[in-house]
Amino acid sequence: MPSRAAPITQSPPIPAGLTRDQLLEIYHYLRLTRTLEERLTALYRQSRVIGGLFRSLGQEGESVGSAYALARGPNPDILSPLIRNLGSMLVMGAEPIAILAKAESPTHGRELNVHFNDLEKGYLGQISHLGDMVPVMAGIALTFKLRGEPRVGLVYVGDGATSTGTFHEGLNFAAVQKVPLVVIAEFNRWAYSTPPEKQFAVKDLAEKAKGYGIPAVTVDGNDVLAVYEATKFAVERARRGHGVQFIEVKTYRRKGHAEHDDQHYVPKEELDWWAKENDPVDRYVKQLVQHDWAEESELKVIDDGVKAEIDQATDACIDEPLPLPESALGGVYADPPAAPRHWYRSL
Amino acid sequence: MADVTYLEALRQGLWEEMERDPSVFILGEDVGAYGGAFKVTEGFAKQFGEARVIDTPISEAAIVGAAAGAAHMGMRPVAEMQFIDFISCAYDMLTNYVATARYRAGLATPIVVRGPCGGYVRGGPFHSQNPEAAFFHTPGLKIVYPATARDAKGLIKASIRDDDPVIYLEHKWLYRRIKEALPEEEEILTPIGAARVAREGKDLSIVTYGATVWKSLEAADQLATDDGLSVEVLDLRTLLPMDDAAIMRTVQKTNKVLIVHEDTRTGGLAGEIAARINEQAFAWLDGPIMRVTAHDVPLPYAPTLEDFVLPQTDDIVKAARWLAAY
Repeated sequence: MPSRAAPITQSPPIPAGLTRDQLLEIYHYLRLTRTLEERLTALYRQSRVIGGLFRSLGQEGESVGSAYALARGPNPDILSPLIRNLGSMLVMGAEPIAILAKAESPTHGRELNVHFNDLEKGYLGQISHLGDMVPVMAGIALTFKLRGEPRVGLVYVGDGATSTGTFHEGLNFAAVQKVPLVVIAEFNRWAYSTPPEKQFAVKDLAEKAKGYGIPAVTVDGNDVLAVYEATKFAVERARRGHGVQFIEVKTYRRKGHAEHDDQHYVPKEELDWWAKENDPVDRYVKQLVQHDWAEESELKVIDDGVKAEIDQATDACIDEPLPLPESALGGVYADPPAAPRHWYRSL
Repeated sequence: MADVTYLEALRQGLWEEMERDPSVFILGEDVGAYGGAFKVTEGFAKQFGEARVIDTPISEAAIVGAAAGAAHMGMRPVAEMQFIDFISCAYDMLTNYVATARYRAGLATPIVVRGPCGGYVRGGPFHSQNPEAAFFHTPGLKIVYPATARDAKGLIKASIRDDDPVIYLEHKWLYRRIKEALPEEEEILTPIGAARVAREGKDLSIVTYGATVWKSLEAADQLATDDGLSVEVLDLRTLLPMDDAAIMRTVQKTNKVLIVHEDTRTGGLAGEIAARINEQAFAWLDGPIMRVTAHDVPLPYAPTLEDFVLPQTDDIVKAARWLAAY
């Protein structure tokens, strides 16, 4: 950049081996996640988004920071997101138009906007049964191990999901098999309306991992670079054959479970504090600017680019029709390709 | 050509597929060094290595979930349930995750979940179950249930090669009880979705599967000798997808149908089969569609109790005789 032709010697070194361009790329994904969700919320209020809408407001940092530590491109690492990991999917290459589309959506209207996958890009679609993705991702990581591929799996679980049987079964299975799997446990303080003290009797989720012989760390989930650094370390350890790695990210869910949820069970002062004092995007911007790693004008260019990209994607699919009704019957099995239509539908 | 047991036929099928396709691997409890609770995988770990014959923790949900993940990546895992009774611990994984994967996400999940099922062995309530009805209700799954040694081999091979998830039910009462000559040079593949006429007849049809195929054949012999009745026995072999055409063919031939299964009655497959006959071949019926099944209780341990609860050859004889006279 011309304005930065002269090296800034006073600026502290960029952590975790990242370059300036990478810092800006991380910012791009943070902004893309937040702006896309804001757009979805506006559309939801106009009844232009079908079904539930889940926000990751306040958790974009840990989603983007962790996913950014994975290998992308050909034969990528594979992650399994949850409803609050839109940022992770975008990092792996999901496009905003896929999230906004209807008939042309990746699942052709069969699933929620963030429930889809692209294994070529490196993300697997989730189901709503919490914890189930842990054994499935253990199986993906097992395949990497069996084939000797230098790839890693990464699975997100929420604090509530750590109460499920499949979480524990999957974690133990993966630990015993020493598969290259990284678990990101999101301590976001709310499982729908249930607070941590009604969900588990440990203080930190990292304690649960230790019960399975899995090394675990707890990091500030709203510090993007700290999450990146911890995940990068864990991913490389897993890649080198050290088995399952567990990272607990402490963060905060600033919206309700979904958009319909008014969060009356959350103290308002708490929400205000997290919004004002501990927003991951604000903190990151401050860090970039204060350390002279980026200029506000550069960030503004990114903001404008993101808005233009989302405007374009919205325009492209805003009037898209819903899927054709009879398309519901296809693809239950490889063969036969479609279920038969009921006899009275042809009368 | 030596006779091969049902269990040995299953073993041969698994072995041949492991040899043929390096993406096939086995996982389950005690399947490796020990060779499986019923020795279905004995010698496999030695031949194919521990990486392809994986001993797992006691975690049915993790076994099925990990198999699904591996299948998404192009592997063809065969997951063993030590007793099929424990498949209920993986019910969520099978019905919510595996069965929906192709439909909701375009994901191929070519897994086989197999295990010993069925009673007549004094196994009690948790080592005798027939779980087909619980999964029959789930679009996206396939269910096969061989009754012969040939089909034990042919269906395990076809299930492994199938691109969709298959639940393979093997009856432990048949494991070492039945034998058949299987030519070594023949590649045996039983098509999924195709029933088999186990015995030709003209007076009445018995539609059945699993161990009760043999009890029905025994009953048919007795009815031929004692009553001069000609009974046709249809072995479904695949439960999902069901071979409607074969069922309707036998209905149209004999005009009377007795449905026999070992599973309990309420919500069992016989109800669905009867409904299909009613919809597709009502005009061909000369009598009510009747059922012989287990009684609606958990399967008890003591021989007197188990024998009373499960359908026996004599039950089939009496029911068929009643229906023939209708």
